[in-house]
Amino acid sequence: MHDSAVPDSALALSVRGVSKSFGGLQALKDIDLDIMRGSIHGLIGPNGAGKTTFFNIITGLYTADKGDFKLLSKSYSPSLVHEVAKAGIARTFQNIRLFNEMSVLENVMVGRHVRTQSGVLRAIFKTPQFIREEHDIKMRAHALLDYVGIERFAQHKAKTLSYGDQRRLEIARALATDPLLLALDEPAAGMNSTEKKELKILIEQIRRDNKTVLLIEHDVQLVMGLCDQLTVLDYGTKIAEGSPQEVQKNPLVIEAYLGTNSATHGTKNHLTSVSQ
Amino acid sequence: MDTLIQQIINGLVLGSMYALVALGYTMVYGIINLINFAHGEVLMIGAMTSWSVMGLMQDAYPTAPGWVVLLGAVLCACVVCACLNYGIEKIAYKPLRGAPKLAPLITAIGISILLQSLAMIIWKPNYKPYPTLMPSVPVEIGNAVISPTQIMILGVTAVSLSCLMYLVHKTSLGRAMRATAENPRVASLMGVKPDMVISATFIIGAVLAAIAGVMWASNYGTIHHSMGFLPGLKAFTAAVFGGIGNLEGAVVGGILLGLIESIGAGYIGELTNGVLGSQYSDIFAFMVLIGVLTLRPSGLMGERIAERA
Amino acid sequence: MQTNQKESFQERFQNSRVLQIVFALSLLILPFVLQYFGNAWVRIADFALLYVLLALGLNIVVGYAGLLDLGYIAFFAVGAYTYALLSSPQLTNAFPSIAALFPNGLHTPLYIVIPLSALLAGLFGILLGAPTLKLRGDYLAIVTLGFGEIIRVFLNNLDRPINITNGPKGIGDIDSFTVFGTPLSRKLDLGFTEIPSVTLYYYLFISLVAISILICSRLEHSRIGRAWMAIREDEIAAKAMGIDTRNLKLTAFGIGATFGGVSGAMFASFQAFVSPESFSLMESVMIVAMVVLGGIGYLPGVVLGALLLAALPEVLRYVAGPLQEMSGGRMDSAILRQLLIALAMVSVMLLRPSGLWPKPSHKHNSPKANLPTNRSSENA
Repeated sequence: MHDSAVPDSALALSVRGVSKSFGGLQALKDIDLDIMRGSIHGLIGPNGAGKTTFFNIITGLYTADKGDFKLLSKSYSPSLVHEVAKAGIARTFQNIRLFNEMSVLENVMVGRHVRTQSGVLRAIFKTPQFIREEHDIKMRAHALLDYVGIERFAQHKAKTLSYGDQRRLEIARALATDPLLLALDEPAAGMNSTEKKELKILIEQIRRDNKTVLLIEHDVQLVMGLCDQLTVLDYGTKIAEGSPQEVQKNPLVIEAYLGTNSATHGTKNHLTSVSQ
Repeated sequence: MDTLIQQIINGLVLGSMYALVALGYTMVYGIINLINFAHGEVLMIGAMTSWSVMGLMQDAYPTAPGWVVLLGAVLCACVVCACLNYGIEKIAYKPLRGAPKLAPLITAIGISILLQSLAMIIWKPNYKPYPTLMPSVPVEIGNAVISPTQIMILGVTAVSLSCLMYLVHKTSLGRAMRATAENPRVASLMGVKPDMVISATFIIGAVLAAIAGVMWASNYGTIHHSMGFLPGLKAFTAAVFGGIGNLEGAVVGGILLGLIESIGAGYIGELTNGVLGSQYSDIFAFMVLIGVLTLRPSGLMGERIAERA
Repeated sequence: MQTNQKESFQERFQNSRVLQIVFALSLLILPFVLQYFGNAWVRIADFALLYVLLALGLNIVVGYAGLLDLGYIAFFAVGAYTYALLSSPQLTNAFPSIAALFPNGLHTPLYIVIPLSALLAGLFGILLGAPTLKLRGDYLAIVTLGFGEIIRVFLNNLDRPINITNGPKGIGDIDSFTVFGTPLSRKLDLGFTEIPSVTLYYYLFISLVAISILICSRLEHSRIGRAWMAIREDEIAAKAMGIDTRNLKLTAFGIGATFGGVSGAMFASFQAFVSPESFSLMESVMIVAMVVLGGIGYLPGVVLGALLLAALPEVLRYVAGPLQEMSGGRMDSAILRQLLIALAMVSVMLLRPSGLWPKPSHKHNSPKANLPTNRSSENA
């Protein structure tokens, strides 16, 4: 029953044979992915490679044509989005989807929804369990805001936060669901280099606290310095997998990035020069 | 069988009018993703305006032939409704283009009620008889009859639709409208002014609704301030039925809905063993709407809405 | 500047027991003050309170969960007709078999019929909400509008072939409430003073309003309330955070409808008569207007909106007279009310979209919303 190299329980996420087509276009063909527990796993590839599609399939936003999905060796079916969060995958969004009119604190408190139980009746009658649970939710939310560094904005409306802080808030909200896997969709998009450095520090701290992270990113430098493992997609198939050092030397990967458009020409130098 | 043919004729006539109004809804939704709740009231204003104009013309030129009066009234109604809809868009919808979806909906409902109230004030709330200007000798088809008014409705609808198709497919304005409906940002990058296209859409929709209003009044013989509400709702259903944003769909949806309503009203008594009578025919449209949205939300012929950010 | 002033008044009110007690006492004495001007004014207050109940219920659906329900009056109708059918001669007149079962007439006790009205309305809420779960906002509005109309048409036409609702003639002779042995339809003789029936109903209604506000407030500040608001703000993100949006939307519809049902039963008992006329689309729209214009999702704003729009027609009666003369009989108070509601809807959306009394936002609004961040050393 054991995989020769890696015992199943060491895998946070294990996905086999994911395929998806939209009409006539085959977006993904037979993708396998293993993410080790406690690692930071990057999903990269040129535009249109299928990263977002794959990401959305894992997190339940799209339905795969076929595929097997396991979280910590337990099968999960990513067909209902809210079930995915319950199973243990929490995500952020490329275009930041916060609850804009709610306060920063309330946004994170919503993240606790999936791990708490108080329903309508307990709320209306303000039972002791309700009061205790609310207290716990609030405390946890404050702690998470502090963890990502925006605790001082707790009472502000989410939409008033700066861009970088909004991204942090989204991460805090996702962490509130006590996920097994934290899935970040282009978390560094739109950030300047200082902000990216801070994001890197935060994600590394999250790994130190025993969480597993999957991220899609276009910033090759960030990805090289942050990820333990990389999976590279191109045209809907996996073309390479391994540590950043291995991947950046892979001729297929270089071809994929160079061959698509001249704008990524600089990426080649980037790829080879980030080995330090 | 005879009843069936009669119901089909009635259904086609009804459906033509629904089609005209449905086009207005579908064009606006296709471009700015807004249900113009007030569109039914534009139909009503068209009918009321034409009634007033007819009264004036008949007083001024008592010997004028019926079709001249009708034509004059329709033209005036079109102009008034076009200006009205243009104004509504500029005052109430344009400022809210970026707002959360609730705001323009509420405004649209407000405008709808406003128009009804104004109509009550201007034209008084009583039901008014609408002059029949076409000859009233019906034409017989088998055992069914079709009146000249009904023939006129079918004819006017056919002509209006042809003009619209020509406009949309063969003129540069039409091209601009189709481009904006598909992707407003890219269209504007190509030099199409979205404001102008949106205004044109509202104006064209208003003209069609005004024509439909005159047709409706001619068909049923009475007008009153709330006459636009139900037809408006049903025409919207027709637009969704055919596929919102899809012009051909609006026409198909309108005609089908008219047929369903007409035939259904005729046979519902038999179908339900007398439990439900034809007074329930108004609900058919809602049933269709709920059915479409639950089972095939993109409509019969597929929806076409603008790509949003 | 104005917002700050309102905030500080609100905060002063919230922090001051004295102010709160004064407010509560004035609400309790209000009917006697109004009685001085005539019982008709107390009646107006009673109807206004019913509207407040409706607005509070709709606020759960529209304000908290963000679902634009344009057919809310249907639940009011369900509650009213349930009560009417179980507490009037309608069924015993129409069906001899029922008359035989209840030779003294059908007078269902309060503790059965009110929960039944609430439950039935809630059930309808879930039934009518279910097909709308996947619809986007504007379609949801039209479908709920359709449902409201369907119910009204049925109420209007269910007098043939068997007479259930008595059609457009409506149902009359409805029992009034008897609370703790005191019938509310007659004045209460306390010896030193009499309390008229309208005032007795006032106290009943205001107790219900107080309970409803408490329920809404508790729901708002709970896990369920936050989940509703998350759905309102961004349904996809809410789902991604594990919220079962389907169940929560149905819960919102159900609970909101229950408020409508209870309010409907109150209405039927108070007016002793119900007919489909009272449950038109215009009523649904008016309740939406109350919620939206008052301050959507914010309880004080919703109550304010309800009171304003409910009291408006009555105030208008005084203005309508001269206007009617001026306009040659074209404007009466009903038309004026419609006109003003329409103008209010349009102008509030254009000028003050969050409502007349919106939720006060946090004082220290971050000015650095879109400016580059100046990172402190906290995160080094």
